Amino acid sequence: MVDSTGNETKHAPGQHPDMPPPRLSVGAVGWVRQNLFSSIPNSVLTLVSAALILYIVPGLLDWAIFSAQVDGNSRTDCTNTGACWALVRVRFNQFMFGFYPASEYWRVILAGILLLLALAYILFEHLPYRTWGLLYAALYPIIAFFLLAGGLGLEFVETDRWGGLMLTIVIGITGIAASLPIGIILALGRRSQMPIVRVLCVAFIEFIRGVPLITVLFMASVMLPLFLPEGVNFNKLLRALIGVALFSSAYMAEVIRGGLQAIPKGQYEAAQALGLSYWKMMGLIVLPQALKIVIPGIVNTFIGLFKDSTLVLIIGLFDLLGIVKAAITDANWIGLSHEAYAFAGATFWIFCFSMSRYSIWLENKLHTGHKR
Amino acid sequence: MAVATAGTSQSGGTSLWRDPKARAIIVQVVVVASLVAFLWFIIHNTAVNLEKRGIATGFEFLSQPAGFDIATSIIAYDATMTHGRVFWVGLLNTILVAVLGVVFATVLGFILGVLRLSPNWLINRLAYVYIEVVRNIPVLLQILFWWAFFLGLPRVKDAINVFGQDIIFLSNRGLQSPWPVPEPGFGLVPIAFVVGIVATIVLARWARKRQEQTGQHFPVVWSGFGLIVGLPLLAFIVTGFPLSWDIPVQKGFNFKGGFAVTPEFTGLWLALSLYTAAFIAENVRSGIQAVSHGQTEAAYALGIKPSWTMRLIILPQALRVIVPPLTSQYLNLTKNSSLAIAVGFPDLVSAFGNTTLNQTGQAIEVISMTMAVYLGLSLAISVFMNWYNKKIALVER
Repeated sequence: MVDSTGNETKHAPGQHPDMPPPRLSVGAVGWVRQNLFSSIPNSVLTLVSAALILYIVPGLLDWAIFSAQVDGNSRTDCTNTGACWALVRVRFNQFMFGFYPASEYWRVILAGILLLLALAYILFEHLPYRTWGLLYAALYPIIAFFLLAGGLGLEFVETDRWGGLMLTIVIGITGIAASLPIGIILALGRRSQMPIVRVLCVAFIEFIRGVPLITVLFMASVMLPLFLPEGVNFNKLLRALIGVALFSSAYMAEVIRGGLQAIPKGQYEAAQALGLSYWKMMGLIVLPQALKIVIPGIVNTFIGLFKDSTLVLIIGLFDLLGIVKAAITDANWIGLSHEAYAFAGATFWIFCFSMSRYSIWLENKLHTGHKR
Repeated sequence: MAVATAGTSQSGGTSLWRDPKARAIIVQVVVVASLVAFLWFIIHNTAVNLEKRGIATGFEFLSQPAGFDIATSIIAYDATMTHGRVFWVGLLNTILVAVLGVVFATVLGFILGVLRLSPNWLINRLAYVYIEVVRNIPVLLQILFWWAFFLGLPRVKDAINVFGQDIIFLSNRGLQSPWPVPEPGFGLVPIAFVVGIVATIVLARWARKRQEQTGQHFPVVWSGFGLIVGLPLLAFIVTGFPLSWDIPVQKGFNFKGGFAVTPEFTGLWLALSLYTAAFIAENVRSGIQAVSHGQTEAAYALGIKPSWTMRLIILPQALRVIVPPLTSQYLNLTKNSSLAIAVGFPDLVSAFGNTTLNQTGQAIEVISMTMAVYLGLSLAISVFMNWYNKKIALVER
């Protein structure tokens, strides 16, 4: 060891004072050296991606924020070089509520708030009055139906006036609410000992999973009217909902089957040894455990369903994407597709990203084993 | 019902419902009966409805002339051809988008998946942002966005002259590029290409055998590249460049000659590939992470260099985890290609399942044929990927 004056200092064994680590391997400099410039190829990659970021981000920010314009009532009012958000501002209510009468918006907003409450009771365990909360969540679809469609003293609103984000959420929630029970039945059927029941369930699940959603929607919108007796007619939204529910229940069934398979055989045997009937065994012992394991999978299915609900625009419904697509063909707003799609994309992204974060959080919470 | 009587005789007076085997039979009989009743109900209603609307069932419409044009077709097609021909045009277009999409999505997905695990902080953040942005936006929106983007390019009059050589043009009519026209003597080039591939396979076998016996390594990748690319190039030069180019020329509001890719195709293909690549990247990442870190350490301890460690140690093991979810991504991409209908690219659903259906009114036949094709495609992809999965699966005792 050499001290500042150049003389060698000696320490008795075990008496060496703690020295600070080399300055270049700690702190910001150390972090940069380790994470950005650890080798020559790494340094090149860093410089290339930094150049890429510097090329894209300022231009994007300038377009979306700094040079953007929000006020104005038509395309020609936008004289700036950046984005013209006036379209989104003018049409915002339509993007959210479709053609729902403006005086009744409060019903949609109230249904949304009630939905958040119901979701909170389903998703989080430690809320007060949980039993009542779950009962309320189970009844929520009926409450929401009367709130949105009318009846019980409220003005009737035809479903072809529903649209925008509200319709997207209605399709998503209905899809998930209908597909859970159907999916459970299908999953139980697929694992049943009865050969005919099993074959039917497998055939249904594999058939639906093998075809694109759009063909199922076509089937629901074109073939369903042919299947029904004379005089019975479903409206367009209901047909789409039937298609979406059938489609997502096949996927849901596979997710739930994964959960059923993860329950050890001892659980089934113990339930049978106690003399429980099949439905009691499933309802009280197996399903509560199985469903709990697959909640992340159910959330992921829901994210997929939420994104797929945009396909209803092809059969002529105006969900968020459908109404945005209709807005950009308006002669007053021609050429603003980037702004409109950016708005719709950001809205979908916020929903899907937060749901996927919840799913990951839950997975970590349920994953109590050892992690590397 | 022999089982059921045996059950009752044993316990004496137990109802059939208490005997699991008898109950199973009863339940299945009820299920089959209600299914038959339901099907009869549907078929009866359909028959009545069809008769009332005056629609004849059957597949005769397939041999009737279609009478509409299709913008993109691999096989020869014009409006005088039949609906049966439209079916094949649509099917081939679906397969074209699916195959090209799968190739690009796989390449991009593997690159992104590896970058996502890079020790370089900036790179793995960039990959993370890409993956999280792209996979949380509906693919239909992305298709519409890219379509609008390609339609928003300059008009034909002001087409972007890529490379400034008057050979490749970008405009709102798509991408126009020269198309090679072979001249006599060109036949030698594909032959040389096939010879190159065969020679590479032979070489790879020989090199593998030699390495197993002597431990000496032979650079198969580089020499194979040389054989496959070099031999045809040599044949091309020897025969005196027997190739001319059909160059696109601007005529009126469009281009004539050359090779054209429509904005519909480009938008659909790009959006599907970019979307699926984000999912594949996540599969690749989790596959690589599933390989124990001890494998990397052991490889380094043996003095194997990092690039070989990845190729020879990590990837073969990771593939076993990656391939099953990769299969479902390929299936998803193929099924999502049906969204072509939103941009008007004439795939199976758009050309046959929509235009033909609207013209002929044969809803049941058209939709059943379309669904049957997708089921067949899904089955084919599953069978192939299961075969591949079995091939690379861990061989255990």
